[in-house]
Amino acid sequence: MSSEQTVRTLVVAEQSSGEPDAATARVVAAAAALGEAIEVLVVGSGAERAAEQVARLAGVQRVHCCEAAHYDHAAAENTAALVAGMAGEYTHLLAAASTTGRSIMPRVAALCNVAQLSEVVAVQGPDTFVRPIYAGSVLATVQSDDALRVLTIRPTAFDAVGAQEAAPVAALAAGEDTGLSRLVDEQLVSGERPELSSARVVVSGGRGLGSGDNFRLIEAVADRLGAGIGASRAAVDAGYVPNDMQVGQTGKMVAPELYIAVGISGSIQHLAGMKDSRVIVAINHDEEAPIFQVADYGLVADLFEILPELVEKLPRHES
Amino acid sequence: MKVLVAVKRVIDYNVRVRVSEDHAGVDLAHAKMAMNPFCEIALEEAVRLKEQGIASEVVAVTIGPKAAQEQLRSAMALGADRALHLEHDEALESLHVAGLLAGVVEEEQPGLVLLGKQSIDSDNNQTAQMLAAMLGCGQATYASDIRVAGESVTVTCEIDGGLRILALQLPAVISVDLRLNEPRFARLPDIMKAKKRPIESRAAQSLGVDLAPRVRTLRVDYPAERQPGVRVDSVDELVDRLKNEAGVI
Ligand SMILES: Cc1cc2nc3c(=O)[nH]c(=O)nc-3n(C[C@H](O)[C@H](O)[C@H](O)COP(=O)(O)OP(=O)(O)OC[C@H]3O[C@@H](n4cnc5c(N)ncnc54)[C@H](O)[C@@H]3O)c2cc1C
Ligand SMILES: Nc1ncnc2c1ncn2[C@@H]1O[C@H](COP(=O)(O)O)[C@@H](O)[C@H]1O
Repeated sequence: MSSEQTVRTLVVAEQSSGEPDAATARVVAAAAALGEAIEVLVVGSGAERAAEQVARLAGVQRVHCCEAAHYDHAAAENTAALVAGMAGEYTHLLAAASTTGRSIMPRVAALCNVAQLSEVVAVQGPDTFVRPIYAGSVLATVQSDDALRVLTIRPTAFDAVGAQEAAPVAALAAGEDTGLSRLVDEQLVSGERPELSSARVVVSGGRGLGSGDNFRLIEAVADRLGAGIGASRAAVDAGYVPNDMQVGQTGKMVAPELYIAVGISGSIQHLAGMKDSRVIVAINHDEEAPIFQVADYGLVADLFEILPELVEKLPRHES
Repeated sequence: MKVLVAVKRVIDYNVRVRVSEDHAGVDLAHAKMAMNPFCEIALEEAVRLKEQGIASEVVAVTIGPKAAQEQLRSAMALGADRALHLEHDEALESLHVAGLLAGVVEEEQPGLVLLGKQSIDSDNNQTAQMLAAMLGCGQATYASDIRVAGESVTVTCEIDGGLRILALQLPAVISVDLRLNEPRFARLPDIMKAKKRPIESRAAQSLGVDLAPRVRTLRVDYPAERQPGVRVDSVDELVDRLKNEAGVI
């Protein structure tokens, strides 16, 4: 039935101040695994500038651009209404499984009265997808019977597409402002460090660090490697570091080239967020810690002794 | 103001799940079950709103088999005033759950609906957003702070880049995150009392929501195992291997 249907995909991209989110090129890669007809929607203030860049992502055939401030700050109610209004033209609607995508896409699916599939990590056909369940302990292969498939894509599971000659960009008339929610404030962490979910190297600290102050040791290692900094939930709950640094089932999913876990025990919930990293290093003074079961290189040692030495001996990152 | 809290029965978060022999699903027989951790937090918040005199009544609702009444008993022991059970034996998708909850909202007319951000079994993270869409009301996800004032609610949401604070008109739907509060433990006398309280139970089908499956699970597998790693004895060895063996630094 469904596999004979012509695939036409709309990717809902994220942008801020005219910069498309890095995950967009990865979501487009997932769209390319479905079929060739790929269009992208960009909304909010700065959409026109972001659209120019998105149009150059390989495989994109058309970009719809809706420059209107009532789509800013991931306004889920307004954005979902706009996307649902366009849905009739498409067989697949895709977005990144970011906090934004995960807020908007279920709302879109409900407006269209179809199911939604979260955190897709592999596309096996137009109607068949793989997604982790139970904190990534198992992978489910699922088939969707709906005529419209609404998916969020785990960006780390797909390699970003390359570049192309710019595809056409079409302006899209804004929908109404539903007025259902209003932004009061936004407190964004402005990082000079690489963004956690796209960093090549991530260094994470856990409860073993003992205090927020001690995270300076993690920072020193990260500085050497040009790395992003992550944390376990225990470290975030204890107030050592802010919540946006949490890696795991309920935090961020990362899959860098190198992940260094320091003073982290390796709970299933933490592993869910990092076990697809290419190389994993664990530093922990408890040789029984479960983190060693996923580590390529395990060092049983006191972190307070080891980290200063590590900083000393790591080659300096060239940026 | 009435607060409705959706609570789900799931496998306990400490249990290691097993793929069934035929790979059709996971083996839940004899597994320890519990209230979804995010639902505990949603319930705790509702109870606190009542203690602050903001909520007048806390209603807990669950959709699931008869055994899910256990989680409703826990909810009452923790402070829910009433418990609604929509009985259904097969697993449901978030779209169905949201449809059923919309039916309950229609009947109960709560000012606020609180849900967990995610079920730890399906890892869907969908139901609250779907319910808000069906009700045509505002939504806030990943709540780490909730303040009700008059006809509106201000919610701090944990987002990828930091925090976002939203104001929603009531009625509204909010999904809660781990740092919203620290759920209390039920006291023994309350657990005993909850055993005797009534649970309003009826068949999920009685709400007239289409519960036909949209998604079929073809198979379930363990993820590929990582190659066993090595223990290194010193920082020198670690740096050497990262440089010359793994080539990552
Ligand atoms: C619903 C739910 C969702 C969750 N989601 C997440 C999530 O997304 N991410 C997450 O991380 N957790 C999550 N958790 C929490 C998770 O279960 C663990 O509690 C948490 O990951 C533990 O963090 P930790 O490893 O830092 O702390 P601990 O388990 O306390 O481990 C600390 C480690 O540090 C080591 N250590 C201590 N001192 C030293 C030293 N001087 N030198 C070297 N090593 C030292 C110890 O040996 C120990 O192994 C979730 C839990 C639930 C219930
Ligand atoms: N069967 C159910 N019964 C009651 N509430 C549910 C059920 N399934 C999901 N929910 C609610 O929806 C939240 C998010 O679930 P999900 O969208 O499945 O990840 C849960 O934390 C519950 O609050």
